[in-house]
Order: sequence, then C-alpha cells, then structure tokens
Amino acid sequence: MSGEAYWLPIIFIFLMGLAVLIYAVLDGFDLGVGILMPMGRPESRDTMFASIGPFWDANETWLVLAVGVLLIAFPTAHSEILGTLYLPAFFLLFGLILRGVAFDFRAKAHADYQLRWDRCFKTGSLIASLSQGYMLGIYVTGFEGGALSIGFGVLSAICVTAAYAFIGACWLVRKTEGELQLWAAKRARFTAVLMIVGLISVSLVNPLISPEVFDKWFTLPQALLLLLIPFMCAVLFVVLFIYLRHFPYEGDFASWVPFACAIGIFFLSFQALAYSYFPYVIPGQLTIWQAASAPESLMFILVGALFVLPTILTYTFIVYRVFGGKAQALTYGD
Amino acid sequence: MLDVFMLSRIQFAANITFHILFPTITIALCWLLLFFKLRYNRTGDEAWLQAYRFWVKIFALSFALGVVSGITMSFQFGTNWPGYMETVGNIAGPLLGYEVLTAFFLEATFLGIMLYGTKRVSNRIHTLATALVAVGTSMSAFWILSLNSWMQTPAGFEMRDGVAFPVDWWAIIFNPSMPYRVGHMLLASGLTASFFVAGVSAYRRLKGDHSREVSYSLKTGVYLAALLIPLQIFMGDLHGLNTLEHQPAKIAAMEGVWHTESGAPLQLFALPNSETKTNDYSIAIPRGASWILTHSGDGEIRGLNEFEGEHPPVAPVFWAFRVMVGMGLLMLLMSWTCTWQVWRRGAPDRLWLKGLVAMTFAGWVATVAGWYVTEIGRQPYMVYGVVKTADLVTNTPASHVMFTATAYVLVYIGLIIAFLHTLFYLARKAVKSSVKDLDPEVAGGEI
Repeated sequence: MSGEAYWLPIIFIFLMGLAVLIYAVLDGFDLGVGILMPMGRPESRDTMFASIGPFWDANETWLVLAVGVLLIAFPTAHSEILGTLYLPAFFLLFGLILRGVAFDFRAKAHADYQLRWDRCFKTGSLIASLSQGYMLGIYVTGFEGGALSIGFGVLSAICVTAAYAFIGACWLVRKTEGELQLWAAKRARFTAVLMIVGLISVSLVNPLISPEVFDKWFTLPQALLLLLIPFMCAVLFVVLFIYLRHFPYEGDFASWVPFACAIGIFFLSFQALAYSYFPYVIPGQLTIWQAASAPESLMFILVGALFVLPTILTYTFIVYRVFGGKAQALTYGD
Repeated sequence: MLDVFMLSRIQFAANITFHILFPTITIALCWLLLFFKLRYNRTGDEAWLQAYRFWVKIFALSFALGVVSGITMSFQFGTNWPGYMETVGNIAGPLLGYEVLTAFFLEATFLGIMLYGTKRVSNRIHTLATALVAVGTSMSAFWILSLNSWMQTPAGFEMRDGVAFPVDWWAIIFNPSMPYRVGHMLLASGLTASFFVAGVSAYRRLKGDHSREVSYSLKTGVYLAALLIPLQIFMGDLHGLNTLEHQPAKIAAMEGVWHTESGAPLQLFALPNSETKTNDYSIAIPRGASWILTHSGDGEIRGLNEFEGEHPPVAPVFWAFRVMVGMGLLMLLMSWTCTWQVWRRGAPDRLWLKGLVAMTFAGWVATVAGWYVTEIGRQPYMVYGVVKTADLVTNTPASHVMFTATAYVLVYIGLIIAFLHTLFYLARKAVKSSVKDLDPEVAGGEI
C-alpha cells in the first residue's frame, strides 16, 4: 500500500487521538468536578458549577469530534465498536444527558428543585465516567467477551473515574479559593493515589492479556526508551505530592501546578495506550487501513480540517483566557 | 413482539422528534437575541437588554436540550444503523464532519461568552459572541440539511460494490432539494421562535406584566411571524414542486392519490385506506391537487399504483401533511390579525392574547409534522432509490433495543415536562420582578 491510501488513515488516527486526548483532559475535569460535588454545601456547589460553566459545552464537543472522526475515517470500526458496546454507549449518553440538562435547569428552576438537579448532575457525571471507562476496557481487550473482558472493563471503569476525579480536583485547586480550595487539594491527593493504583494495575494487566502489547513493550532496545513514559509519569506525581504537601501557599503560589501535572500524566498515559495498539483501530482485529473510508472522502474533510482546527484551537484558547483566574459567580448578562 | 428493526425505528423516531424541537427554537431565537442586543446598543433602551436577559436563559436551556439529544443521535448511527455508515459513510461522514468542525465548536465555545461573559469582555465582543453563536447554529442547520437532502435526492456519487463513493462534492452538497429544504427549515425555525416568543410574552402580559420589555418581545414575535408566514407558504409550494419532480411517490402519499390521474382532487379530509386503495369519507376540492402541483386543473399526478412496494405508508404522511398545512394557515390568520391589532391599538386584546398563548408551540407541531412528511415519506428507503432502511439495521438483541427505546422515551418525556415547567416558572418569576419594579406595593403579593 502506498500514496494517499497509506498516509491518510495515519493522519486521521492521529487527529482522532488528538480529539480523544483533548476530550479526556477538558471534559475530564468537568466530569471530575461533577463526581466530586458534595451535596451538603450549597455555596461550594455554586462555586464548583461556576468554575466549569463557561466551558463544559465546548469540552463535550471534543467527544462529538472524536466519534465524528471515527465515523468519517473508519466507518466499519465505528459500527463495530458502537454496535458491540450498545448498552454501555446508552449509559454514557444517559449520563451525558442527565448532567447536561441538570447544569442548565439548576440555574433556572425553582430553588426547591436545585438540590435535585445537583444530584442529577453528580449521578450523570458518575454514570458517564464509569461507562466511558468500561467501554475503554472492553475496547482494549478487543471485544473478546467473557469474564476476563468484563473484569477488565470494570477495572478500567474505576480507573477512568478516579482519573477524572483527580483532574477535576486539580482544576478546582486552580480555580477556587479558601476552604473549598483546601478541600479540593485534599481530594487531589486522595484521587492521585487511586489513580496511581489504577495506572499500575492497568499497565500490568494489559500486557498480560495481550501478547502483542507484551512484545511491543518488552523487546530491547525500544523497551529502554519506553521506560521514559512511566519514569516521567512518576516524576510528575512526585512534583504533585511535593507541591500539595505544603499547600496552601502565600498569594496562591503556582496553583496551576497540580492541573499541569495532571495534563502531563494524561498525555503520557495516552501515549502509552496509543503506542500499544497502533496501527489497530480495533485491537487485534482491524487495522486503520482495513477500516478506512475512501481517500476522496478523507481528502475532502482533511482540507477543511487543516484550516478549521487551528481556528477552533485559537478561539478555545481565547475563551479559556477570558474566563481565566478564579471562578466567579455565574450570572446571565447582569 | 416488535423486532429489532421496528424498535430501532421507534427509538430513532423518538430521538429525532425530541431533538428537532430544540434546534427549531434555537436557530432563530439566537438571531432574535442578536436583534434585541443590537436594538439595545443602538437605542440604549434598557427594556431591550431585559428582553435579551430573559430570552437568553430560555435559549441556554433549549440549547442544552438540543446538544444532549444531538449527541445521542450521532451515536445512534453506529449503535442502531451500522449499515448506514458502511454504505454511505463516504458521503455522510464528511458532511457531518464539517458540521462539527465549522458549527458545533463555534456555537458551543462562544455560548460561554454569550451567557456569562458580560463582565469579562466589552459590550462589543459580547455582541460579536452572540452573532457568532447565531452563525454557528445556522451553519449547523445548513450542513445537517444538506445531508438530509442528499438522502432524499442523492446526487454526485457512484456505487461500487454496494458502497457509495463521492464523485462531485459540489453536486452532493448542493443536491437538487437542498435549497428548498434549507429555506423551508430556516423559515420554520423563524416561525417557531416568533410564535414561541409571542406566546410566552402574551402569557406574561395576561399575568399582569405591562413592562416595555414584554411589549417589545410581543411585537417582535408577532411582526416577524406575520412577515415570515407568507414567505413560508411560498417556499412550501416550491418545495412541493421539487418533491413532485424528484420523489413523486411521496407526493402521491401526501395527496392520497392512489391511481395516476389527470385533474386530481385536493383532499381536505379523508381516511386513506391501504386495503381498498381508496380514500374513505373524502371531502375534496375537484382538480385542487393538480392545480396546486402542476398549476393546471388538468395536470396529471402520478399515483401510488406506479410505485408498488416502493411507496411510503400513506396514512401517516397524508395526515402529517394536513397537520402542517393546517398549522400554517392558522399561523397566517393569527399573526396577521394580531399585527393588525397591535398596529391599531398597541396590543392585541385579551382574547387574541389567549390565542397567542395557545399557539406558543404551534411551530413545534408544524415542524414535527413536516419532518414526518419528509422522513416517513422517504420510506422504505434510507437513501432514496439507493438503500432501503431495512438493510441497514443493527443485529443487537431485540431485548437491548427494547430497553434503550423505552428508556429514551421516558427520559424525553421527563425532559419535556421539566422544560415546560421551567419555562413557565421563569415567565412567572419575570412577571413578579417586573410588577415589583413598577409598583412597590405589589411586592410579595399574589400574581
């Protein structure tokens, strides 16, 4: 295979990976804020909502893009993945519906209903995270089914949820002040431990159930180079714990550190996953070239994407700048 | 027992029915918001800004419901209709992709500034954000309708081994029915939003809110409706002629023409009977259908007999079409009478205000009916003349689809109730605060 039919699928799997990674970081933190939401403290809840209010909708759009790229570039894989994961996909959507509408209803509904919508938001965030994790677990085991696959799905559901809670807590450390910030820092420490346990167990189980993954990671000489990934992850965790140990600091010193570490850890874990399964779009079954759409379709969308994606990244950046700093109460145009 | 095919159809129908309600509001409501904002910028009249603040909340709510149901829809291509993407993915994929890239991100990103940004950005940037969201929602409508139109009147492709390949993107995007469908839908959105705004404002007025804000919104809604409805009737006629040319079976079902005939009558009321292939209890205007469709009383209309086994179920299409047209005529009567009253005495009297309240969701009824005509009318095909719906369905167990279909329907019913509840709660709250502003004595009183 050569020419367009060879390199177009590579570009698109890269674009899809990029969308998934951005999604995991961005919607990850707002899902995490939802998971952590305490029901007992109304003021904290308002501030937590305010910290994600201007962003969550655009964050979720990265999921639409990721699924969209899968559908545009690898339609066979799209049908196979979503068909096999029919029920978890439903629960994911159910969770997203619940939290998406709860966000808007809570601000407008009668005060008596607010607590109810806040519970919906928390439940929805939790359902969405768990089902994403479960889907990821089933996906990397190549849809083999059986107890092993389901067990790995459950493990991955817990790990992904912990990871989102972790990045959500780090986000709150950056965006909030006072008591809530301290509370978030504690949560960040606790969920970081959970995440480390999760990362280690997934890293152990993954090569054990898949010989291909095992070979990729434990063959010299690339194994030496690959060791950098867990090593850098460990460094980031150490930085995080050192920073959180003496928290809080005078004048909100470097409150961006935990969130930056979280992004780094997400990035590295994602690299590891991507490296393990490339060039498969369904692990062990379907490569990107087997599942790819017609080159004329990919070319058509690529031309647009090359212009539009930088624009999207630019205005996303601008909006994050506009709403930078500590979260302020949300008001509609007042 | 329902099979996977029927269940998937029910689930998808429930999904698109629920989904279309909200974009129908938001596409045009956002332009109305921009109008309110521009009026405020120009006149400095606070009432326009108050109108903006009230409607932006309802916009945000409708937008959120549209987003969540839209995501659900995009997943269902994969979960329930895997054959769809495998057969026409080369064409549908890029069109959906352009929608995400050019429209979704734009609206979702600038929505944040539009809703919460007034303290953080200048007034000018805030107005710009509103404009960008409006452009985004309309662009989104353009792409999705382009794809839908392509499914109705496919062009610019070739089939190789049962898979569609693009040949001419220009012909695919600007397929024969696209301009009519985009025009018809944008006008439908304009009418839905204007009746919606007029209806809720009339409700507030009847509850005792005589603020200028309400009067501005009411007038804007009524005038806009009066302006758009004749355009829509004209556009609907053009759209019908286009359908006659490209999808004659759909027209035959809409008009209840069982056998090809010259001088076909226009059925005002009838019960289409697919057993006897006749219309029972028919009340009809002789030669009416021929006159409307061919602009000649003797024109020939091809009947359903020419499309044996390839025509849609007649009764739902026939009835949905009558509901849509009936709604359109009611909108014409309502908006013109109210415009006349506003023009003569500044506001409609109580009776007509009540009428406007009753017609708050007239646009929803007409739009949903219109989509049923379009979508059921395309059956048994998913892509007209190319692939049949039945060939594309998932092989997921029926029990799973039964579960999800039931769950979706329940969730949607719950959300509609919550939406209506919150809408009228917000309206009553606005009445309370504006009455309080006008007369401190009434504060805290019962309204």
